[in-house]
Amino acid sequence: MSIFEKMFAIDRRWVYLTLGIAVIIALLIPFSIPLPISKEAQSIYDYVDRLAPGDVIHLAMDYDPSVMGELQPMTYAILKQCFDKDIKVVVSALHQFGPTLAANTIDSAVARHREKTGETKVNGVDYVYLGYKPYPILIILGMGQNYRIPFPRDYYGVPLDSLPMMATIRNYNDVKGVLNVSGTSATDYWINYAQGRYNVPLAIGVTGVMATEYYPYLQTNQIFGILGGLKGAAEYEILTDAQGPAVEGMRVQLVAHSIVILFIIIGNIGFFAIRRSKNKAL
Amino acid sequence: MKRQLPLLLIFAFGAFMVVQYFIPHEASEFFYEFVALDWPPIVGVFALSLGTISLVRVSIGKIQRREPNWGYTIVTLAGLVSILIAGLPWFGGKQSTMVEWEFNNVMLPVTASMFAILAFFIASAAYRAFRARSALATLLLVSAVIVMMRFFPLGPLTETTGAIADWILNVPNLAAKRAILIGVGLGIVSTALKIILGVERSYLGRD
Amino acid sequence: MRHTTLTSRFTTRLVATLAAILLFTPNLVTAQDSTGLPITSEIAQSAPVVVRPAPPTNVRAADKPDDHGHTIIVSWDLSADDGQGNKNVLTYRVLRTPKMSGPIHPDSTGGDAAYQIFSSLPYGNAAWKFVEGEWDTLGEVPIGSTSYVNEGGKDRDQNGFLPDRVPFRYKVLSATIEGGLGESETSAPAEASGQFLHHGKLLHIGIPVLVFMLLVFGFLRAAKMGRELYIRPLAGISAVDEAIGRATEMNRPILYVLGLGAVDEIATIASLTILSRVAKRVAEHRTELLVPCYDAVVMTVAQETVKQAYLDAGRPDEYKEDIVYFVTQEQFAYVAAVNGTMLRRQTATNFYLGVFFAESLILAETGSVAGSIQISGTDRTTQIPFFVVACDYTLIGEEVFAASAYLSREPKLLGTLKAQDYAKAVLLLVLLGGCIGAVFAPELITSIFSMNF
Repeated sequence: MSIFEKMFAIDRRWVYLTLGIAVIIALLIPFSIPLPISKEAQSIYDYVDRLAPGDVIHLAMDYDPSVMGELQPMTYAILKQCFDKDIKVVVSALHQFGPTLAANTIDSAVARHREKTGETKVNGVDYVYLGYKPYPILIILGMGQNYRIPFPRDYYGVPLDSLPMMATIRNYNDVKGVLNVSGTSATDYWINYAQGRYNVPLAIGVTGVMATEYYPYLQTNQIFGILGGLKGAAEYEILTDAQGPAVEGMRVQLVAHSIVILFIIIGNIGFFAIRRSKNKAL
Repeated sequence: MKRQLPLLLIFAFGAFMVVQYFIPHEASEFFYEFVALDWPPIVGVFALSLGTISLVRVSIGKIQRREPNWGYTIVTLAGLVSILIAGLPWFGGKQSTMVEWEFNNVMLPVTASMFAILAFFIASAAYRAFRARSALATLLLVSAVIVMMRFFPLGPLTETTGAIADWILNVPNLAAKRAILIGVGLGIVSTALKIILGVERSYLGRD
Repeated sequence: MRHTTLTSRFTTRLVATLAAILLFTPNLVTAQDSTGLPITSEIAQSAPVVVRPAPPTNVRAADKPDDHGHTIIVSWDLSADDGQGNKNVLTYRVLRTPKMSGPIHPDSTGGDAAYQIFSSLPYGNAAWKFVEGEWDTLGEVPIGSTSYVNEGGKDRDQNGFLPDRVPFRYKVLSATIEGGLGESETSAPAEASGQFLHHGKLLHIGIPVLVFMLLVFGFLRAAKMGRELYIRPLAGISAVDEAIGRATEMNRPILYVLGLGAVDEIATIASLTILSRVAKRVAEHRTELLVPCYDAVVMTVAQETVKQAYLDAGRPDEYKEDIVYFVTQEQFAYVAAVNGTMLRRQTATNFYLGVFFAESLILAETGSVAGSIQISGTDRTTQIPFFVVACDYTLIGEEVFAASAYLSREPKLLGTLKAQDYAKAVLLLVLLGGCIGAVFAPELITSIFSMNF
């Protein structure tokens, strides 16, 4: 087998091995890359930044552990911004494998805030975690009428009416907006039912592969911002001064993309060389 | 009757949902909430029981017949039973330590790892598929490389690459997606009409 | 002489008490400001004077159209001091009369005629009192606003309930930062009510759907009359027979993945209709079929579909309960199970038809490793590129919905497919017209698309 034939038909296991080693090296050797902030991410940041202390937003964490890498940093950055500005947060998790993840995330965000500022955010006063219920469309529609319809109690079993924060919150009219972080079609439901029917201001954070699909909604002002994938998460970490796994992940992503491009070039060199030798033979 | 009754139900409920969409009145809303929102969860719960029974029956059959790699089937059943027991109220319910442990130490790393496999598969798929076999294939290849390079720090070319990549994503890519979405929308309306009117019955079996 | 002594002691005490009062309560005799300094005439002249802003005018209230009721829209003309004049208006405050008091249980009214009882089977039962002459403050909107939506709830026994067919009147106060208020005239009474027809949806959705249905009926009629309906060949559909034949020759099973959608997703239903036809051909060839399911409801429908397909093929004895089985409702656990099946059973042909998410590439790549021929189709635009890259044949978007017609060649199904194509042509013409209009006559296009009956 000639070198070009080998280049044309590299065993996929070599591709996996090379990629794996490159990613490990990138994780071990830190370096920084410039990250311009997109206007879609900036608009979400500005919207939350303009809210006054005591205002309430709804954070819909509709994802499971599989997409944690991309979406978890977004959630932490959003919670950090809200806690720093004393904005109250109503959290829901409409993915069946998301509720424990969401509960752990909130606890971590509260602990981080306490560590940095010495202030402890209190459940029921500064945030409320509603938990999970099946059939997201019904839940989203129900919350538009009254949060108590789908969630008479919060995740911890406490009646919503006995939580001080919920005294003035009936439905979407009483929150300043919804930030939906999701790796599933729950985002479509929030756009169609929450924004479409109840006109609640809505922004989304989705995985990279989903992000481009929602730009039409941004253009028609059905949503006011998008955080797309790891890049969106990294942008928000920079904006909220919470640089963490997303920013680190961007340099790893850069290395991974380089490896993929390298293999594409190698494959095409092999392809053209073989085609030329076939044409010569003819 | 076995054939007519399902078709009649499909027509009745399908037509009702279409008409209900155009009637905003409270009375119509009540029927929507009562029919469309309340009944599916009840059906779903019973169907989930049937699904679990199916899984257990198939798994036990594989073990009994000693099919290749039947040991993995034992792992499947063990996982099912352990999380079921851990979530029982006597052991603390859905927030018990055992459930949390299984979630944090089994579920979380395994699902995250499965998603991470995608990165490797993308690399091998891209290596296999992005060959400049024709003009269109070359265009695809060049676009993919530019989009992948938009985060690269290329000095004076960084902004240009980013702008071209953004244009590729927001103009031709989005145009194609919108075209597919319009087609899908029409296809959905057409398929729904076919099912409501009973033109398409293959999911029930033929007459 | 005792009396005189007593009198003079009393007088002394009285004078001392009066002097103490005068000394220690200076505010009674001199004007002072909040810092304790005496107010002079100069200070009195510079104290802030609360200026009343001009009130908003032409306050009107009307029922919100095209809704379920319980909502009234209040609108007004801007105050003369909003952005002009004194430029001191900060917010507009909306008030409503009669004031609503409640809810209480109907049995607790004690026969008080002032209470009205509102009763509705699903939406509660409560008594409310309406007090004329008293006002409820509903809310505030910022400077520049000219309307407020008084949206009430429909639950009779909850706070925030706004009853239908009860006349309410509104007034709007313009407010300054110092607390000055400009009070408008009271509006004419307005009643909330629900409508039985949504005019906006009728024009923008109902009529296009009606046109589409007319096209469908027209082509159905043409198909019934035996007219030949041509549709272009689809590579993925043409390959189905070849793929099934390959599996039969190699004596390896066929894997059919219905996707991760629920049964209410049209793509899943389309996949079930294709499964029916594929299962019938598989039964005729006596090849093994595996249908792992993600959703339990889809599994029950798929079981009936496949069983019936085997019956129709005249092979009821070939059908086994284990052909269609439930795996799990967790995305990547399901994918892991299907991948394991592919690699262990070395499936010859894989069908991926339905709703897919991130797992699409994992499935397709693993199938490629197993050496299977792969036919895929989804309506998810995010996953189509992965299937195109990794599968042998891909049905893109609406081709999934058309596949059933292609496989069966039934005239009625072909007729609806043609109707779909003509509807797309009409849509294309409208889009083209809209693009040209947006360039040369944008106001006309805007007015057409914001029309209501």
